[in-house]
Amino acid sequence: MVMAEPSSDGRFGEFGGRFVPESLVAACEELEAAFRTAWSDPVFVAEFHRVLKDYGGRPSPVTEAAQLSKKLGLRLLLKREDLNHTGSHKINNVVGQALLAARMGKTKLVAETGAGQHGVATATAAAMMGMECKVYMGAVDVERQALNVFRMQLLGAEVVPVESGSRTLKDAVNEAMRHWVAVVEDTHYCLGSVMGPHPYPWMVREFHRVIGDEAREQCAALLDGGVPDVVTACVGGGSNAAGLFSGFADSDAELVGVEPAGGAAVTRGVPGVVHGMLSYLMQDEDGQVLEAQSISAGLDYPGVGPEHAHLAKTGRATYETVTDAEVIDAFGLLSRTEGIIPALESAHALAWVVRDERLRGKTVLLNLSGRGDKDVNQMMDILK
Amino acid sequence: MSRSLEAALRTKRAAGQKLLVPYLTGGFDGWADCVRAAVANGADAIEIGVPFSDPVMDGPVIQEASWKALDRGATPQSVLDEAADLDVEVPLAVMTYYNLAFRAGHQRFAAGLIRAGITGCILPDLPYIESAPWRLAAVAEGVEPVQLAAPTTPDHRLTELCAASRGFVYSVGLMGVTGGRAALAESAKVTAARCMAVTDTPVLVGVGISTPDRAAEVVQASDGVVVGTSMVAKMMAEGPEGVGELVAEYRAAIDTSSVN
Ligand SMILES: Cc1ncc(COP(=O)(O)O)c(C=O)c1O
Repeated sequence: MVMAEPSSDGRFGEFGGRFVPESLVAACEELEAAFRTAWSDPVFVAEFHRVLKDYGGRPSPVTEAAQLSKKLGLRLLLKREDLNHTGSHKINNVVGQALLAARMGKTKLVAETGAGQHGVATATAAAMMGMECKVYMGAVDVERQALNVFRMQLLGAEVVPVESGSRTLKDAVNEAMRHWVAVVEDTHYCLGSVMGPHPYPWMVREFHRVIGDEAREQCAALLDGGVPDVVTACVGGGSNAAGLFSGFADSDAELVGVEPAGGAAVTRGVPGVVHGMLSYLMQDEDGQVLEAQSISAGLDYPGVGPEHAHLAKTGRATYETVTDAEVIDAFGLLSRTEGIIPALESAHALAWVVRDERLRGKTVLLNLSGRGDKDVNQMMDILK
Repeated sequence: MSRSLEAALRTKRAAGQKLLVPYLTGGFDGWADCVRAAVANGADAIEIGVPFSDPVMDGPVIQEASWKALDRGATPQSVLDEAADLDVEVPLAVMTYYNLAFRAGHQRFAAGLIRAGITGCILPDLPYIESAPWRLAAVAEGVEPVQLAAPTTPDHRLTELCAASRGFVYSVGLMGVTGGRAALAESAKVTAARCMAVTDTPVLVGVGISTPDRAAEVVQASDGVVVGTSMVAKMMAEGPEGVGELVAEYRAAIDTSSVN
């Protein structure tokens, strides 16, 4: 079955696993057991959906992008994760993990963040749950995402700039893991995407499955019980894509992930092991991990979640890349034609839809994973 | 010729000696002379760090040394080439991260170690539960895959991993990454004692051994120590002479302690 539970050793096909220091293996096992129990407990699941509804604003609508559809010669449906509380899909995952952490008796959350979106979401969930929160963020990102740093601080979180390595997202993950080893007893590591050691890729996908489940129903209502021809989302670590894809994996819909050309782990990477998982990874011939380069800090990651590696390898999903220039155009296009300013991450998926001639005449569902408020400063500099 | 790490450590243990294994970052400017100084001052084996871009088990000091080594162009092969020229009388092990072995291919990586005269291999991000394919390939090439035991390792797994470990058992001193701690964690002695109770393989404590006094304390419950951060700090600050003096201090501290 496509997008089912991974094997007992955390594998999606040949990918995944639990490549963490021995000190963390027990914590991963404890987390897996806790998630397994919680996710089959109707009380936990009901509480999760209640918080997403009353606090997060779910369900998010599906919007017909009528003007842009006409312009592109296709039917474009937007899954509006940008309308969630904190402005992106990230809230689904952090609400799930914060509730689970509380259930496990943990009182603190630690997270990594790139653009700051996952950090803001984690800080938000921590504030809501009355938990302490520490967020590791590459020093380079602290500089270029000053607004999100301040947001996290407003929410009561401590932001720790990471000065090691390339001082971006991958180093923030390393630092969060280093910290977690020392504090596992009272602290939950709230990982921000479908990556890391088992059970994170599976658990994070399950918390985002709500995107795909809602969209499947919403599309059925719009499409006479049918599914879109193509279902697409941007891919950094791959959580918004995994959430959306999981609702359509068993259908005829074509699944397409879109990576930035400078951070294309699926398209250009080779199998490797970092951050606890075996997956596609941008690395040199010795196995040293390369730095990603993307206009969007949220996609600036040299790896990808192991389930995407498996979906790519088996051919159930395909992966495309777009350039920064194409993304800038798509960002402006959606803003002008639909009155929706997308996150730069989400604009990647749109850039591919705009470019690919093969899509004309088709129905395309696109995950609008976040809103662009956080990116307007950066775009102002670029477009001036 | 490669000298078997485990055979050498067992021989010294049988002679009543506590074991001292300094860690030094390969590829750092002047590292080979630091290794020679460590051996001249009583190291029983040397752990050579092969720098990796994402050293998740290492604290700031070893990270800095790795980063500087990478910056001056160190690669896994250049470190192994320099190691092959060390010409020291004690066995050698590498400590690095799994992706370097995975990328090279298990067999090819293991064969490269043997060619460089290195028999021990420690991969701290490859836990026992994921280690079977690597251990199989390593042992076939004559490499001794050292397994790590942690304070949180449950009993059943501790027994299994101690049985599977070759070279020595690396008993992780505390829940955390490499780097000095003011006090010796209670967990260091507890974990070591748990390992000692289930294996005859030498048990060395590493991570968190920051002073000769700590080392002297911990060898009461173990066969020896791996000393990383304080060695690397010395290497960066003072070079071979400083490393030699520090090794001599550790040597004296654990020898005195084992006589008592
Ligand atoms: C709006 C938005 N979309 C997508 C991503 C990328 O993450 P993922 O690939 O896990 O969905 C981010 C990450 O910061 C984001 O903020």
